[in-house]
Amino acid sequence: MLIEILHQIPRFFSGGHLRLLFQAMGMTLALTAIGCVTGFLIAFLLVLLRRMPGIWALPFRLVSILYVEVFRRIPFLVVTYLVLFFIQAFVSDASLFTIAVVAICIYAVAYTAEIIRGGLESVARQQIEAATAMNFSRWQTLMRVILPQAWAVILPPAVAFMVGFIKDTALVSQVGVFELTFRGKELNNEGFSGVLVFGTIALLYFAMSYPLSRCGGWLERRLASPRSQRSHQRLRPT
Amino acid sequence: MNYTFQFGVALQQLPGLLQGAIVTFELGLLTFWGGALIGLLGASLKTFGGPVLRRFAGAYVIFFTNTPALIQIYFLYYGLPDFGIRWDSFTCTLIGLTLNAGAYLTEIMRAGFISAHRHEMEAAETLGMSLWQQIRFVIVPHIAKTIYPALANFFVVILVMGTSVGAVVGVNELTGQAINISTENYRWIEMFVVVAGIYVVLTLIASLSLALVGRWAFRVRVKIF
Amino acid sequence: MHHLEVKDLTSAYGQLSVLKGVNLRLSKGEVVALIGPSGSGKSTVLRVLMGLTPPTGGQVLIDGAPVNYRKAASVRAARDRMAIVFQQYNLFQNMDVLRNVTIAPVKIKRRPRREVEAEAERLLAKVGLAEKHHAYPDELSGGQQQRVAIARALALKPEILLLDEVTSALDPELVNEVLDTIRGLAAEGMTMLIVSHEMAFVREVASKVVMMDKGLVVEEGPPKRIFDNPQTDRAREFVGKILRH
Repeated sequence: MLIEILHQIPRFFSGGHLRLLFQAMGMTLALTAIGCVTGFLIAFLLVLLRRMPGIWALPFRLVSILYVEVFRRIPFLVVTYLVLFFIQAFVSDASLFTIAVVAICIYAVAYTAEIIRGGLESVARQQIEAATAMNFSRWQTLMRVILPQAWAVILPPAVAFMVGFIKDTALVSQVGVFELTFRGKELNNEGFSGVLVFGTIALLYFAMSYPLSRCGGWLERRLASPRSQRSHQRLRPT
Repeated sequence: MNYTFQFGVALQQLPGLLQGAIVTFELGLLTFWGGALIGLLGASLKTFGGPVLRRFAGAYVIFFTNTPALIQIYFLYYGLPDFGIRWDSFTCTLIGLTLNAGAYLTEIMRAGFISAHRHEMEAAETLGMSLWQQIRFVIVPHIAKTIYPALANFFVVILVMGTSVGAVVGVNELTGQAINISTENYRWIEMFVVVAGIYVVLTLIASLSLALVGRWAFRVRVKIF
Repeated sequence: MHHLEVKDLTSAYGQLSVLKGVNLRLSKGEVVALIGPSGSGKSTVLRVLMGLTPPTGGQVLIDGAPVNYRKAASVRAARDRMAIVFQQYNLFQNMDVLRNVTIAPVKIKRRPRREVEAEAERLLAKVGLAEKHHAYPDELSGGQQQRVAIARALALKPEILLLDEVTSALDPELVNEVLDTIRGLAAEGMTMLIVSHEMAFVREVASKVVMMDKGLVVEEGPPKRIFDNPQTDRAREFVGKILRH
């Protein structure tokens, strides 16, 4: 059997296939980047809304708490299917790419919201009191005191989540998006050995995930030391 | 939009779905314990092993944490038949997920090993405990208490995310059952909304019970919300 | 008319009553010290004045005008005239010393940056930190950070300065440099309400000592009388304890 696999290799690694796989990798990265970054931004808004004081903000707070607690407990595959069915029920010609991005977004919001909330709450209450005592508005306190310090706590886990999501995008192959896993299935259906196909696909995922996760580790180390944090902030006046 | 929701139909199918939930639990439990054994072995290799063993365990962890579980399962399900090994979808999912979980659990356990302070062992030694006693009464409880929250959380994660992957290759766990039933009654949206609800309930129950066990057995506070 | 007056101030945290009717009077340029055992509510008085903790009853008057702690505009106006220095300095960790001092006057009070920076340099020199403009809080000792906090408060040009146990978190050898700074401010005629454990210092600097216990003022008077000849039992007990060492 090994011999047959070896025979398949030249055909498998043909130019056409390589181009296809390369494009599929691009699709995987695009899905991850767009979905996760959009999700992060929406999560940010959600967390800010949740922190607003006053009775009128109560429904927002409730909605945002419920949303996070529910969508952190549903598997991504189920979320993807739900998004697929709901969107297709209303917009029958929605592109699969859009559906996948929306699903990733919804999932990412639930996970990054907790990271963001933790980061904002990590800034010592005492500094916030000092700002309040000096008549800083809530917005000014957020922008000038809390956020500059919260970034260092938020970014490493947020980046780690996004890099980790590269692997989770494999599931959107189930709704027919032309990402890496989908192409892998295609090639396997064409008759190429499962070992060859999925071994290669695994290595391609590895090639995307591992370097980026090392970068994430570097980022975390850099943000942890206060000196580097400062040179990083000198570029942005408070 | 001309789609009328009929949740009644979906709720009628609950028995079938609950059967799927049982398979989800089975898969989750087996995966967790299998993965924990691998994790223990891997963490031991990485902490106490020589350079070769450490490298080997390290490579295993790095490989399985940077490749998708689905691809690992596909490899077993579609690749092994080339060598005459035809495992059914449940077995492939189980083995794939276990190997995947083992990698993450290696890191969790290793963190636990590292957290054990030499000071505690020295103190135990001065109290006259043998090495075995030290391990049993001081080290193991300390490590268990340190890693319990991470383990509990990981179990819920495997339950929720890990097992649903099996549906892709045809395992009749909760998601798989939802697909099976939906292909017959065409109530996809309702079925999946109900299934989402079941997952939320399942994970809440699991988290709560594990938190209670943690509080009672280890006096560890585990965060649910 | 007093510069600052507190009448029957009460504050409660749920069922727990922290202030049960506190009365204080400060004249312009007066330095009043609040002393008492832990939990007596001294810090809470300062917090309520700055609008950090809501009062549940009573009145606060600045130059005879009452402050309405339920109205944001009133609270802001009150804060404009007062400044507080905290026990834990509460400096902004993401800004250097100069920025810590200048940010509120520039961004909140909207004074021109040049003017504020010049003033800040003067104030930092005054508290003895002339060369530390671009240092960050985590590079400074506790005493230095506290002096930055004082400079920061002074940069707001307050009429009334509130000092909440500003030497309690400091190592003993750093306490004096902060006390020197406060001594200087008292000599310049700043109206100050000081919560402190430093009895020798209180005795020297305060014109009036107010002793609190369990949310109420127990006794008040000139330091000499309070320390040498306390009238009430409670005050006698407290003074006896603290002066024993």
